[in-house]
Amino acid sequence: MREIKTDQIVQTVRSLCIEANIHLRQDVIDRIQSCRDQETSTIGRQVLGQILENADVARTSAMPICQDTGATVVLLKVGQDVHITGGSLSEAIHEGVRQGYEEGFLRKSIVQDPFRRTNTGDNTPAFIHTEIVPGDQLKITIIPKGGGSENMSEARMLTPSQGLEGVKQFVINRVRISGGNPCPPVIVGVGIGGTLEVCTFLAKKAIIRPIGQRHPDSFYAELETSLLNEINQLGIGPQAFGGRCTALEVFVEVRPCHIASLPVAVNMQCHAARHGEAVL
Amino acid sequence: MSIHKIQTPLKDSELQKLKIGDSVLLSGTIYTARDSAHQRLIQMLKAKETLPFDLKDQVLFYAGPAPAPPGKPVGSIGPTTACRMDSYTLPLLDIGLKGMIGKGARNQTVRMAMQKHSAVYFAAIGGIAALLARCIKSSKIIAFEDLGPEAIRQLEVVNLPVIVVNDVLGGDLYEEGVFKFKKN
Repeated sequence: MREIKTDQIVQTVRSLCIEANIHLRQDVIDRIQSCRDQETSTIGRQVLGQILENADVARTSAMPICQDTGATVVLLKVGQDVHITGGSLSEAIHEGVRQGYEEGFLRKSIVQDPFRRTNTGDNTPAFIHTEIVPGDQLKITIIPKGGGSENMSEARMLTPSQGLEGVKQFVINRVRISGGNPCPPVIVGVGIGGTLEVCTFLAKKAIIRPIGQRHPDSFYAELETSLLNEINQLGIGPQAFGGRCTALEVFVEVRPCHIASLPVAVNMQCHAARHGEAVL
Repeated sequence: MSIHKIQTPLKDSELQKLKIGDSVLLSGTIYTARDSAHQRLIQMLKAKETLPFDLKDQVLFYAGPAPAPPGKPVGSIGPTTACRMDSYTLPLLDIGLKGMIGKGARNQTVRMAMQKHSAVYFAAIGGIAALLARCIKSSKIIAFEDLGPEAIRQLEVVNLPVIVVNDVLGGDLYEEGVFKFKKN
């Protein structure tokens, strides 16, 4: 049994929140650069250039990349040989978010109730998903998830007969009707299989895969490539002003599913694709 | 596609010159308002109360900035999705609103109303909020402070870069852009 103190968790979450919101990841920067080089639309190239310039300004002035510093989604992988001491694990996560959002001058974007809508004032609660895994480590991933792209996400229960074509149509149509709302170029996270909540969570986990990393199963790697190609022929382009680069990536995650079902979910991620992780 | 320098309040003579896809560098006073602020403005109009500011010939920026770090007037700032404001927009156009800044397409009803009132919808680029913050010279909360990031702020801006999406002739940059670049 290995002990991890909640103080350490608070500090880690605090730093991850600030870091993820200020520094655009290098893999995202590299892909935006290559998309700019290939973009045929003048205004599209300008937009991609400004996104890169913004990443520089954000980093050097310690300002958030985007004013929407998101709902804080937290993925925990808790080793079964870990013992958390010093208080509640989830309270430590919330406290880390509270401190990070206050000290990092990040926007507080959470309302207490979906209808009464009073801002909680500190971006809590975080939305925490916990997985128990073998080992004696604690892995914390924080995903500041913007509202504009989250609003363009959707889950649907298709039937097995709709098959691969049905899934492809659903995904492509989701991107098409989203237009400029999710701040293209986007990363498209696709969850297929499982149950309703499983495919939705798979789509969320898909958006944090490193750019350029294909699915290990060649069938799904091919699906990712063909979806990306088709999406980039829609003409939407950077910020939907028209152009080639509508998506930076498409990532597919799959699970087994019921004989009656073909669940599919799309989680849209804007070009300000942010997450940070740490292992304690 | 031209570049225009425009000062608020907006003038019809200048708006007539704008075409979809044109770049505009906007300077002067603008006001932030997003979902909750819109809801309250509409409630006030229905109750025949005086609004906290005069919207005539003014520009609304659909935005809720990040908190200002020490020494800066405002934190990162950028557009939110405009279609969420569609259902509130017609009464505001009726009392003289002339320009809106957001991201994403407006619905047909708003587009027709904009044309009728010779109003313009601009897009600011989403996700370049540290860059856009440099154009904000001052920020003051003038209404609904309890809404936090959704409070109405009066901003003084200099050369805020926006792009004309809907011009006074009824054009739409998003439709034309996709049409030009779509394959098949």
